[in-house]
Amino acid sequence: MTVRTLPVGEHGLLIEVDSGEAAEALHAELLRRAATRRLPAVREIVPAARTVFLDGLADPGRLAAELPGWRIPPLDRGDSEIVEVPVRYDGPDLDQVAQRWGVTPEEAVRIHSGAEFRVAFCGFAPGFGYLTGLPERFHVPRHATPRTRVPVGSVALAGGYTGVYPRSSPGGWQLIGTTDTVLWDTAREPAALFTPGTRVRFIPVLVPVSDSAALEGAASGDADPEGAAP
Amino acid sequence: MTDSAFVVVRPGALTTVQDLGRVGHAHLGVPRSGALDQPAHRLANRLVGNAEGAATLETTLTGCAVRLRRPATVAVTGAPCTVTVDGRPVAWGAAVRVPSDALLEAGAAAHGVRSYVAFDGGVEAEPVLGSRATDVLSGLGPAPLADGAVLRLGRPRGPVPAVDGVPHRGVAPELVLPVVPGPRHDWFTPAGLRTLSTGDFRVSAASNRIGLRTEGPSLERARDGELASEGMALGALQVPPDGRPVLFLADHPTTGGYPVVGVVPERYLAAAAQAVPGTPVRFTPFGPRPRTTGAR
Repeated sequence: MTVRTLPVGEHGLLIEVDSGEAAEALHAELLRRAATRRLPAVREIVPAARTVFLDGLADPGRLAAELPGWRIPPLDRGDSEIVEVPVRYDGPDLDQVAQRWGVTPEEAVRIHSGAEFRVAFCGFAPGFGYLTGLPERFHVPRHATPRTRVPVGSVALAGGYTGVYPRSSPGGWQLIGTTDTVLWDTAREPAALFTPGTRVRFIPVLVPVSDSAALEGAASGDADPEGAAP
Repeated sequence: MTDSAFVVVRPGALTTVQDLGRVGHAHLGVPRSGALDQPAHRLANRLVGNAEGAATLETTLTGCAVRLRRPATVAVTGAPCTVTVDGRPVAWGAAVRVPSDALLEAGAAAHGVRSYVAFDGGVEAEPVLGSRATDVLSGLGPAPLADGAVLRLGRPRGPVPAVDGVPHRGVAPELVLPVVPGPRHDWFTPAGLRTLSTGDFRVSAASNRIGLRTEGPSLERARDGELASEGMALGALQVPPDGRPVLFLADHPTTGGYPVVGVVPERYLAAAAQAVPGTPVRFTPFGPRPRTTGAR
């Protein structure tokens, strides 16, 4: 694994690797080292698409110098518990996504619910996970113009990621379904259902006829939070 | 009526409950939040005998007024302002004893943006992930103060220290922000980086707790395209497509896809939090060139 380190202020270090898979492996190794006190004290460990950001290091230069010597084992997908998320595949973009994939909507549901996902990282909003697991041929673009309001519980696709909106917000991802599963609840411990590394499966449930039109909404609006937002 | 609380009489432009924030949850998409001018928040707490992590009120430009339902020792710090109790002026930057039922008002900021109002015992609110801070990006923590809202106060923990008052640290005519280059300074041309260090920037009125936005020249990019989402630091100078740097403050998003040209060390962010719109901003190089490693 090629590891590049970039300074982030006085006490931060951005560790960049070649792929999302490598970033997940690096993140897992960082957590293992933190758990066994083989990592210097750190305030935040933030995985992302191809990086892991460490903040609050006393001496980031020292860790940067050590990193190339680390042996980072490949990601062990392991047999940890799988979180099952029941989904009504009733999203307004499901037909378009199916068309892009060159399959029927029913087949698109089978593809999505047949895949095993993993939370690569979180961001955008508390409890919003970027889930990987769809093969590259099923990647889809974001909407050029984000919707001003995406309902809470929307299951959505963009790039290679699947995400579930933990609350209603603006968003540019392709909406394929809806879940009643609560993604974020500060009264719960842990508050986030999806944390980096969590394995996830989406389970199709029948769409009640009366609800099937609930998600129809125009794609329009201007809101797009700071970069790469869902 | 005596209970340990106060009623909001005038919430001001934006008054929020703040403490030292919720550190350690960025990997869940949770911003740090907390007081933007941390030294002022800590000082207000010390003046009334609180621990530095007790919750205070953070006002924005226009102050706020509350009616106390119990006697309280209060202190106002941060942006200097007129402080009154039932209309009579009292000291700013000092512990003041306020009787029950009295109206405490922090007036509009004479300089700066954010004043901090501490009460002995601290503002009580249900902690979320260990913090009572209002996070305006993700909506965590108590709602911003609203007319007629009742907020609870904690139990005072002991004697108020014998300090007469503290001087205001003064207002600089311009905001000077030292910048550690990186992590993505190589996304900008040498001319773009020169623009950062020599350009005439000003604090934009669109600034908020999420970020201090700037008006001024645009930083020229050396490469197009989007950056894959990566972790964002407090103090990051993120450059959106319009080329004008945004300085990330306490409620900043935890990940982002625009390049960060440099990072302003945390100890300079309190001054940024007090810079009114229109203040000239100068970005200066900070310290020695940081170490980077390539593939070795």
